[in-house]
Amino acid sequence: MSDETLIRNLIARTCDTIATHADELGELDRAIGDGDHGLSMSRGFDAIAAVADEIAGVDLGPALQKAGMTLVMKVGGASGPLYGSGLMAMGKAVAEGSDPGAMLEAGVGAVKARGKSEAGAKTMLDVLVPVASALAAGGGIAEIRAAAAEGLEATRNMLATKGRAAFLGKRSIGHLDPGARSSVILIEAVCDVLEGK
Amino acid sequence: MTDPVSNKTVSIVIVSHSADVARGAGEMVRQMVGEEVAVAVCGGNPDGGLGTDVAAVMAAIKSVWSEKGVAVLVDLGGAETNSEMAIEMLGPGRAEHVVICNAPIVEGAVMAATEAAGGSDLETVRETAEDFQA
Repeated sequence: MSDETLIRNLIARTCDTIATHADELGELDRAIGDGDHGLSMSRGFDAIAAVADEIAGVDLGPALQKAGMTLVMKVGGASGPLYGSGLMAMGKAVAEGSDPGAMLEAGVGAVKARGKSEAGAKTMLDVLVPVASALAAGGGIAEIRAAAAEGLEATRNMLATKGRAAFLGKRSIGHLDPGARSSVILIEAVCDVLEGK
Repeated sequence: MTDPVSNKTVSIVIVSHSADVARGAGEMVRQMVGEEVAVAVCGGNPDGGLGTDVAAVMAAIKSVWSEKGVAVLVDLGGAETNSEMAIEMLGPGRAEHVVICNAPIVEGAVMAATEAAGGSDLETVRETAEDFQA
């Protein structure tokens, strides 16, 4: 697959899946946050779709950086800088010749730095960190999907210590984290593209 | 963006999820501290709903740019994350002259502006805002 075809497929699939799951993300966020995660993510990915030609017109590294910057500028919530910084770091790593494992590690590192967080705080990092570990350990698509799903499920019984859900304290326990859910949704979409589905 | 409006005092930027809260906090600063400190406010996401907007935060900081620095007051988490992003995007040369005060947005803004009005440096302004006890 050429960079352009790959990028177009990634944009189409991720934008489509965010639109499809926007209501679900809103529901999850209403339980333990401010309820805007579905709308925020839709706003960000609609903005990416609107500049798809521009993003698809460059190599994968700068394309990821442009997509990340679009999320930073358009989302309007913390998820913009979090996902945006992650994609921008991944794009920079790709442009510098990193392999996929190093690329994802760079992205996850940027999310940690932006959110001043680690796995275990009931956030998107509970999906991203195990996914990066699975890839680093030589795992394929199946292992990545499994790591993402397990990471999401693990957030259910976690006590939130970062983000808006932390305000709820113990009441955050028993709910999936919306950012972890959107991470799974996006990772599934990327896996689908890479498998040619 | 406008040129520096003041190099005599630290400027204040108020970033809330709500445009109304930001505007109201700015009015309180104005009433209590007067016009000698430049204050910019922004609130709302890029669509005008509740949230914060990185581009608007950058624009607010630039609109009151001071060589003495800019103290930023934020409300909830996303306002802080988006403000940190905006500050980084100002680039070297500017970013290191902007700080986010870990203080309640209204009280912190009033205290920071009061301290700034006396000509204090950025670190002192930040400390005064953060030391505030209700």
